[in-house]
This record gives sequence, C-alpha cells and structure tokens, in this order.
Amino acid sequence: MPKDHGIGASPKRREDVRFLTGAGNYTDDINVHGQAYVHFLRSDVAHGKISKIDTSAAEGMPGVVRIFTGADFEGVGGLPCGWQVTDKHGEPMKEPAHPVLCQGKVRHVGDPIAAVVADSLEEARTAAEAIVVDIEELPAVVDMGKALEAGATKVHDDLDDNLCYDWQFGTDTETTDAAFKSAAHVTTLELVNNRLVANPMEPRVAVGDYSRAGDDYTLYTTSQNPHVIRLLMGAFVLGIPEHKLRVVAPDVGGGFGTKIFHYAEEAFCTFAAKACNRPVKWTSTRSEAFMSDAHGRDHVTRIELALDKDNNFIGVRTDTKANMGAYLSTFSSSVPTWLHGTLMAGNYKTPAVQVNVKAVFTNTVPVDAYRGAGRPEATFQLERVIDQAARELGVDPIALRRQNFITQFPYATPVAVEYDTGDYEATMAKMEELMDIPGFAARRAESEKKGMLRGLGVNCFIEACGIAPSNLVGQLGARAGLYDAATVRVNATGSISVMVGAHSHGQGHETVFPQVVAEMLGIDESMIDIVHGDTSKIPFGMGTYGSRSLAVCGSAMVRATEKIINKAKKIAGHLLEASDSDIELKDGMFSVAGTDKSVAWGDVTLAAYVPHNYPLEEIEPGLEETAFYDPANFTYPAGAYACEVEVDPETGKVTIEKFVSADDFGNVVNPMIVEGQVHGGIAQGIGQALLENCAYDENGQLLSASYMDYAMPRADDIPHMAHYVVDHSCQTPCTHNPLGVKGCGEAGAIGSPPTVVNAVIDALHSGGHTHVSHIDMPVSPSRVWAAMNGQ
Amino acid sequence: MHMSDSRTIAAPPEQVWAAILDPEVLKQCVPGCQEMHGSPEDGFEATVVQKVGPVKATFKGHVTLSEMIPNQSLTLSGEGKGGAAGFAKGGADVTLKQVEGGTELHYEVDAKVGGKLAQLGSRIIDGFAKKMADQFFTNFQNAVEGPGKAEAEAEAGALESDAEGGEPKKGWFKKLVT
Repeated sequence: MPKDHGIGASPKRREDVRFLTGAGNYTDDINVHGQAYVHFLRSDVAHGKISKIDTSAAEGMPGVVRIFTGADFEGVGGLPCGWQVTDKHGEPMKEPAHPVLCQGKVRHVGDPIAAVVADSLEEARTAAEAIVVDIEELPAVVDMGKALEAGATKVHDDLDDNLCYDWQFGTDTETTDAAFKSAAHVTTLELVNNRLVANPMEPRVAVGDYSRAGDDYTLYTTSQNPHVIRLLMGAFVLGIPEHKLRVVAPDVGGGFGTKIFHYAEEAFCTFAAKACNRPVKWTSTRSEAFMSDAHGRDHVTRIELALDKDNNFIGVRTDTKANMGAYLSTFSSSVPTWLHGTLMAGNYKTPAVQVNVKAVFTNTVPVDAYRGAGRPEATFQLERVIDQAARELGVDPIALRRQNFITQFPYATPVAVEYDTGDYEATMAKMEELMDIPGFAARRAESEKKGMLRGLGVNCFIEACGIAPSNLVGQLGARAGLYDAATVRVNATGSISVMVGAHSHGQGHETVFPQVVAEMLGIDESMIDIVHGDTSKIPFGMGTYGSRSLAVCGSAMVRATEKIINKAKKIAGHLLEASDSDIELKDGMFSVAGTDKSVAWGDVTLAAYVPHNYPLEEIEPGLEETAFYDPANFTYPAGAYACEVEVDPETGKVTIEKFVSADDFGNVVNPMIVEGQVHGGIAQGIGQALLENCAYDENGQLLSASYMDYAMPRADDIPHMAHYVVDHSCQTPCTHNPLGVKGCGEAGAIGSPPTVVNAVIDALHSGGHTHVSHIDMPVSPSRVWAAMNGQ
Repeated sequence: MHMSDSRTIAAPPEQVWAAILDPEVLKQCVPGCQEMHGSPEDGFEATVVQKVGPVKATFKGHVTLSEMIPNQSLTLSGEGKGGAAGFAKGGADVTLKQVEGGTELHYEVDAKVGGKLAQLGSRIIDGFAKKMADQFFTNFQNAVEGPGKAEAEAEAGALESDAEGGEPKKGWFKKLVT
C-alpha cells in the first residue's frame, strides 16, 4: 500500500489552496503606502548612439515625480555577471559594462533609456511619450556568424570585437583528432537550438521601499533567489550593506530560470525609492517581458560523432556559437560552458569528448539560463547525432545507445564530472516496456491507413543537478558558493517553522519539505510550515534553480533536523532520567530503549522553552538549529524518453500521439509532485521542439513579442494523459546527499526536444523522404513541408 | 521590405512632377495624413495617424527629397516616430517617363518598422505597406488626373477623393494648376 504521509507519500500540494482560490500574495499584490509607479522608456532600435535625451517637456507633466536617465546612474555600479569564464588561451572573458539605464548607447530593442516615476502608471506612460530621444542608428549585429566576422560592427565599442570568450574543454585536440582519424564512420550534424522566451505566467514585478527612519531598504521582487539579489544588488550595484537591505520574494508565479537573475528594473526601484523618498513600483507588461526578461538557448552547433568499426563511440567533437545577447546576464557565461560542456559525454563511455564554444555579443536581449540551462543544448546535439549515426549505419538507435552506455559507477567522464551512480539500462528497458516498442509497427500501419506518417523517436539524457559543490564551481569561475541553508525552529508547543534558502515558485516546497521533517520526527506534517523568500527571515541560502532545492537545501534541512533530534534527545534523557544515548525517537515519542518509559514530542519542546526541569548546565534552552549544506558532487538524474508522432504529409503538421519518460531521480519524496514536474518539463520541451521561437529580423527588431507570434504549447499540443506516461520507478539513490535525491525539475525540458525531432525524422523516412537528416526546431508545419519537398 | 510598381498617369511629366513637390497634394494623398508642411528644398514635416493591426498611433516625421532631376526622378526618404508604437521609416525612388497617354510613374520603396510595430505587426506589415503604397499612388493619380480613371483601376474602397461636389470628374490638383 502506498504511504499516506512522510517520504514517498503524495499529499496534495498545500500551497495550491491559496493559489487556486485567489489568495496568493504575489509581488504585484503588494502595495506600499504612498507608492509611485515607474514606466521605462525603452529603445525601439537595436543599436544606436544616443545623441540627445530631452526630458524637459515631460518633467512638467501631471503627476510626474522625477525622470531618470543614464546620467543619474553614473557612479552607480553596473549589473554584474556572477561567473567568470576563462578562455582557451587563459584569458578572462570580456565583461562589458551593463548600466542600469543606458549610457550613451542602446544595444537592444527594449534597452531602458529613461525611467519616469509618477503618481500613477498612466501619468508615467503619458509623460514618457513627451521625452525626446534622438538616436543615431548603427547597424545591428544579429547573426552570430556575421558578428564574428572581421570588421563587424561592435556591440561594445570598448571591446576588440564581439567575442566574449573562445572556450575549449574536455579531451585535448591531439587525442581527439587521433580518435577521429581512426574512426570507421563519422556522423556530422549542424544544429540550431532555438532562442526561447521563458514566459512565466507572472511577469516580473519590483517594489522598492526606503525608510528614512532606519536608512534601510526593502525590495519586493519576483525572484527565485532573494539572497543572491540582496548580495549582487547591495554589494555590486547600489552599495547598500546587507543589514540595510531586505529582499522579499513572496509568491512567485513561475520562474524557469529567468527570475534567477538580477535585473535593472529591481535595482532601479530600490535606487529610486530613496531618490524620490517614495516607494516605487514596476510591473512588467507582457510586451516588456518579451524584450527584457533574459531569453534562453540560442546556440548554433556543429557536432561530430566518431564510431569504430563495431559502432562503439570513440569521439565527440562540438563547435558551438552561443548567443549572449547585448550584455552578460547574471549567469549567462556559465550556461554554454560549465552547464553544457560537462554534459557532452551524455550516458555514454565515449573516451574522447572535446567541446568548443564561442560566446558572442549581439544586439539582442541578454540570454541566460532557462529550464535545463546548457544541458538541453548538450542533450539535443548528442542525441540527434547518435540518431543520425544509427540511420547512416542502418542500426537500431536503441541498440546503438545501449551498446555504448556507461555501466560502471562511479564514472569519470572526459569532461570533468564524475557520475556517482546510475543505471541507464534500467531506464531504457522501462521506457521500452511503457512505450510498447514491439507494437510500434502495428501503430505505424494504422496511421498509414489514415494517410499519416508515423515516427518513433527515442533518446537518453543525463543532467548535472543539485548545483553545486562550492569549491569545484569556485575553481571553474563562479563568484558565489552554491551551498544552501535551513533553520528548523521548533516552537514551544511542538509546531515547527523551517526557514529555507530555497525558493518555491511552483515546485511545491511547502508540501514536500514538511514531508521530510515529519518523517524524521514522526510527527504530523500539518505541524510544520516552510518559510521562504524573505532575507529577513531565512538563513543565507542560494535559492532555487538547477534542480537543487531538495538535493541541496533539503539536505541542509535534514542536517538541521538531525541537530534538533540530538538536542531533543538530551532533553528527553533528562526528563526520563536516562542517558541520551539510550533515547529512541519513533512516531513523535521519545522512549528509553528497552523500557516503556517515554515522553512525547510536545513535552520535550515545551521543556525547551519552559526550562523549569531542564539540564541548563549542559544545554541552552530553546530548540532551533541551522545547518548549511555544501554538496560533495553534482547529482546526475538520467533517463530514457520516447515519443511517437504523426506527420500529415499534405501539410507537414506534427501531432504527438504518445510520450513516455522513464527517469531515474534517485529517491522520490512526493511522487505526485515529481510527475507534475516532469509533465510540465516535457510540455516545455514539446513547446521548444514544435512551436516556440524567438525571432529577430536583420535589423535587430524583435518580431515575436506577443502570443500572436510566439507560440506557447497549449493543452491540445500535448498527448492525452493516457498516452503521456511519466515513470520514475528506476531509482539509484544519489550516493552523497542524505536524502539520496537527485532533482527532477528540469529533466522533462532536457530530455524531450530530441525525442520529438528524432520521431519526426523517423516519420519522414518512413514516408520515403530519406534525404532529410535534420530539421531545426521549432519543427513547424512549414519547415516539415519544406524538408519533405526538398526546399 | 521592398515594393515596386508602375502606373500610368494621364498627365504630362511636368504636371506629375509639380504634384509630387506640392505639400498640399502629398497631404491629400498620404493615407491618414493630418498635417503636411514644408517645401521641396527643406523637406516636409508630416503627421500621420495609422492603425497597423492592433497598434494605432500618430506618427510624426520628416520627409526629405533628394536626387532630384526635374520631370524625371527623385528620392523621397523619411522616418515617422510613433512614440510607444515604434517607428516606420523608408525611402522611395520615383522615376517619371513620358509615354503615350501621359506619364509612367515607377516607384521602388524600401521600408522598415521598429518597436511595437515590429513586435506585434510583423506578420501583417508587408500587406499593410503594400496597401498604403497602393492607396497613396491611387490618391496621387486621382489628384493629378481626376478620380474616374484611377477609380476604375484601383481596388475598391482605397480611394478618398477630395474633389469638390459638382466637379467630380476633374482632379482638384488639376483645378489648381489649370
């Protein structure tokens, strides 16, 4: 019988009650007395010199409090990048200035030129129309290939060119070249990983508040990591010491990575709150979100796979151009390098793996981590080229993968990471079973009767999650530690508040974290609440991204709870007149081993706060413990995915008929939430594969800035639930964290795009279109039709 | 975006040339034009109200005339700023050639849009620009030669003649110059 509480149970998400009844408290729900509103005047050209900004007419308009331009931010820090990548020549990456408001130049459509603070949003918008800005337009740098050509227009005049870094990683060139020279077969593909916009349901919002009484600031903001924002903005942008700055990220309606980063608008609101002596609020419109939220992906890659005569993988070599956009967003530099290159071995024992990445500045919105961040790009390349190799060699794509699986753990890859555990054969076999691979031929025949082409796509994936060991990432250039922290505060009557550094913006922490503590203490989950998202309440934790919350912050919570148990046992031992080493905790009762003497959880907690009968000479009153946890390694969730598509040969339209994922997430605390995470991740992956594309024209104009032109996946793009099977029964527990968990938040978005494309190519081949080796995402009807018709 | 077209106007090149240089004519011919001031030498200041898909805006802009070879050819270029709606800019190379029955007017137009117009209107902007150009040259043809002939050639509804009541057959520009 499945468990009904604690670890392994699936209680419904407690946070959903408030979300579904309109009782959530999002940043835009927060209004501070006397607040003013800011509207940003944004560039509508991609690249140009600002020759004049005249705010005089606007300043006198009704309701205007103050108008800010770049000049007001001279002497204020720029937005920092949190990760320094060192290039293949040992040189640091190029880090151009990223001012809060444009200074001298605009570098992408949406770059903020001026900010109007007014009594109302309408007045701010109206006044912004009266600001006169003259921009001498410069040629826009859009295409990465052209951006790197000699003599190309420079996005940043103070740099030599548009190259941020030229990075090489993994096996040395001589060994890699030798592997390719000895190969019996080499498969090469050129691929685009399409630029995406994260589109969380809640757009970004910031409210800055300044108190003259205490000379301190509060920023309410839509963030996945309030402590990171406090540190970056306080220390590097505005020079506010941490004890004078509180950052609150209340309910946040989805992040997907794009709310990790420190943005100009939140720094502006904090700065302006003092400058105007009024709280200042900004709420992004959806149009603004498209041109100011960091975008995702946007890689162009050539990948080569070398195989020996027995079809063993002997070498992988990649050459990628990664778009940084106009400025370096907070973690942008790490995405195409350490979050991407380290996964290029995939699930395979390829001995030589070399990754080459050029990061390029262009006149586009900055690009940074988006659900999966680098790992989807790695998976897509590798699993597409393997599929193509299988086709060229005429071998079964499942067998080819299976033959090359890593089977011994721990396994040190040629790209720096060590997989602690895994069982790729198990997830592959589970996928085959759930997909009913033997039945595919019959399903294809059924589709063909209807005049449709049916394709089967399979692939594997691996990701590095539970980000990250601080000493390792420090060596790799991270300017932050990536531990996390939790404080377990037990109250007098036994209820518990757990203050966590992780931030929940859809993940379900408020439900899952109490399951763990309740299991450890043997008390009811309803006695435990999670507190997150407020730097004045929680310990210094690094927030939520990279599928790290349970693996890292959850581990800190386990450690803190262990300290609670140790202290509580001392108190119980005192109450029971026994040695604390003889005390056992079970089902919320402390008992002396081998006796019927016991004392309840609530009696112990009350004694801690009403210490009348208490070992005061040995331990302090109270029951509150904090732990910081720094992981020893990444975690390595992995799995095998499959999907079946139907392609309409008349129109090129692709329909996903069936999708199966077999994931290994290690131990699972709440299976329902894990399944929900994977369902959502695959939906986003299907969105990338079939629908979503952020398009710029050659002048750097953003063409897809509304839902008329940016196609989000809808319910009818996703297979019916009966054919949308997510499985996590293969479990090899993580060997180095106390919960044995690996993380599940990104897997679906990492594993699914190549599955869909592999299936489409398979369908086209079944229809005789054997000349098609690849179609770039999104695999839209027009692209499929063009490929089928040789265009 | 690039567009080109030709049409024959039943008037001599000198008359067509004069019409192109006349701000009053241009005002009447540019669809949605509210104001047009200036001269061929200094350029024209224009205010145009237009709706492109979901975006309606007042564009203020400056048009300059260059490469002028009287009665033969010229280049018009300009940029209109629509505030929050973005901008539109472009140029038109216009050549005139005397043909049987009047003047053949040929134009090559290059146009660009930016900001919200590009973000929200990119799918419809080509069709919109083509319609604008058609309307302009139809209006222009009417202004020079009178509405009857052009109406027959033009798409239905694309035309708004400013002809005074009672003399609909004669273009108002023709009235002015004859």
